[in-house]
Amino acid sequence: MSFIRIDHVFKFYGDQLVLENLHCSVERGEFITIVGASGCGKTTFLNMLLGTEQPSRGRILLEGKPLAGEPDENRGIVFQRYSVFPHLTSLQNVMLARELEHNRWCGYAFGSSRRAARREALDMLEQVGLAPAANKYPQQLSGGMQQRLAIAQSLIRQPKILLLDEPFGALDPGIRADMHQLVLGLQRQQNLTIFMITHDIKEGFYLGTRLWVFDKVRIDPQAPNAFGARITYDIPVGKTSPSVLDDINTNLTETVPAQPA
Amino acid sequence: MKKLINQHPGKAGRWFLGLLPFLLIALIYAGASNARLAENPNDKLLPAFASFVEAIDRLAFEPSKRSGDYLFWQDTLSSLKRLGMGVGISAAIGLTFGIVNGIIPYARANLSPLVTAISLIPPMAILPVLFIVFGLGELSKVVLIIIGITPFLIRDMQQRVLEIPGEQLIKAQTLGANTWQIILRVVLPQVLPRLLDAVRLSLGAAWLFLIAAEAIAATDGLGYRIFLVRRYLSMDVILPYVAWITLLAFVIDYVLRFVSRRAFPWFHPAKGADS
Repeated sequence: MSFIRIDHVFKFYGDQLVLENLHCSVERGEFITIVGASGCGKTTFLNMLLGTEQPSRGRILLEGKPLAGEPDENRGIVFQRYSVFPHLTSLQNVMLARELEHNRWCGYAFGSSRRAARREALDMLEQVGLAPAANKYPQQLSGGMQQRLAIAQSLIRQPKILLLDEPFGALDPGIRADMHQLVLGLQRQQNLTIFMITHDIKEGFYLGTRLWVFDKVRIDPQAPNAFGARITYDIPVGKTSPSVLDDINTNLTETVPAQPA
Repeated sequence: MKKLINQHPGKAGRWFLGLLPFLLIALIYAGASNARLAENPNDKLLPAFASFVEAIDRLAFEPSKRSGDYLFWQDTLSSLKRLGMGVGISAAIGLTFGIVNGIIPYARANLSPLVTAISLIPPMAILPVLFIVFGLGELSKVVLIIIGITPFLIRDMQQRVLEIPGEQLIKAQTLGANTWQIILRVVLPQVLPRLLDAVRLSLGAAWLFLIAAEAIAATDGLGYRIFLVRRYLSMDVILPYVAWITLLAFVIDYVLRFVSRRAFPWFHPAKGADS
């Protein structure tokens, strides 16, 4: 049985078909990077994995069971922005998941469980290089540090899937490279299953173990909404020649103008 | 020469410029008062500053001949008690319903139209109803303040809750939070400083309702005293009382801002605009 099974998933908005017949499976520890023109349904797909949207047809199974129809602790998420809580320090942000777990009633941990959560959170901050900023509020951190914090916060509860929605889109190139090292290190060390949306196909190739390209295969000029995007490439990264990369790149840039705004 | 929009006064300059209008008003008043008193020493309209001191001295530091109370402090205490109760209860209701309306779609669908409708009722128009229902005691005055400012507070709090980015609520759920935990750990701490802001904004209205209620039915209070001595054209009491009310309003506002800065450092960026 595969870890995640995406079973003939369609997504419509009204009569607009966004995603058509996604059908594939994903094993534990795979790092899937998703690229595609804007408006092709990458984020819709991520939202279905997250649980904020449901497939119109078909289903998504996690370890053989359908995904819950709302976000839960099986799935961690890092957005491009607003992923951390502005009213909590770095340490409190990371401790939060454990505190919520320990005290279902008020969401604050006390005594020994608090001390344990604190130790664990400090370890986590150490791993992402934020130990010196443990007592700072997010607004005092740079964009890159905030994303590090968001990753640490997501990982402490050990989600089965980690979803990254263009997490480095707003960062400078230099900081981005640091973040790549961090994510790759954590992924290998904890054998995480990651889905990451990116605009940067090079980033997708560098980070992923598997690259998905979302694109519309069929376009009916009379009815632009009639067909949705599919996974047009499903490439095991590392076993692919660089020419495929160029091929996808030209393909994508060609289809972009064809997309309705 | 820099453009006008790029020229900033220094610290001393700011103080001077800020105080200047106050000084000017005091000077103009003193001039006008002198002119009138020179013509008619018994003029009551623009009393001299000495009369203010005398009136306040009489009210604040000598027991009243009739009741033995120090009227000035008695009035201040009564008014502040009513104001504090009214605003405090309103803030509690506003916070509770604002959060519930903001975070739970079913509650919002159910209560939001009602709150909007109530907020459109002019509170002064139902003051007689309050006097009839709650009598002429303390309760009706406090209730007038509550009715006057609570709908605003509820709607403002609801809006602040809705402004919390959806990403945060999703994130909290992926960290395993249930609805109650999200309210307690994500929503409540983030709207508390905004509640203080909303309370600061609503204080002006609260004073208005307080003084209106005291003017109509009370036996003490700042508003009561002003309207009482109006019969004797006692400007020497009215004007210091108005100044005192203004000072109290300023101090309350300042204290709330101070509390917000102390309690919610994350809400006030280190070098932000003065709110």
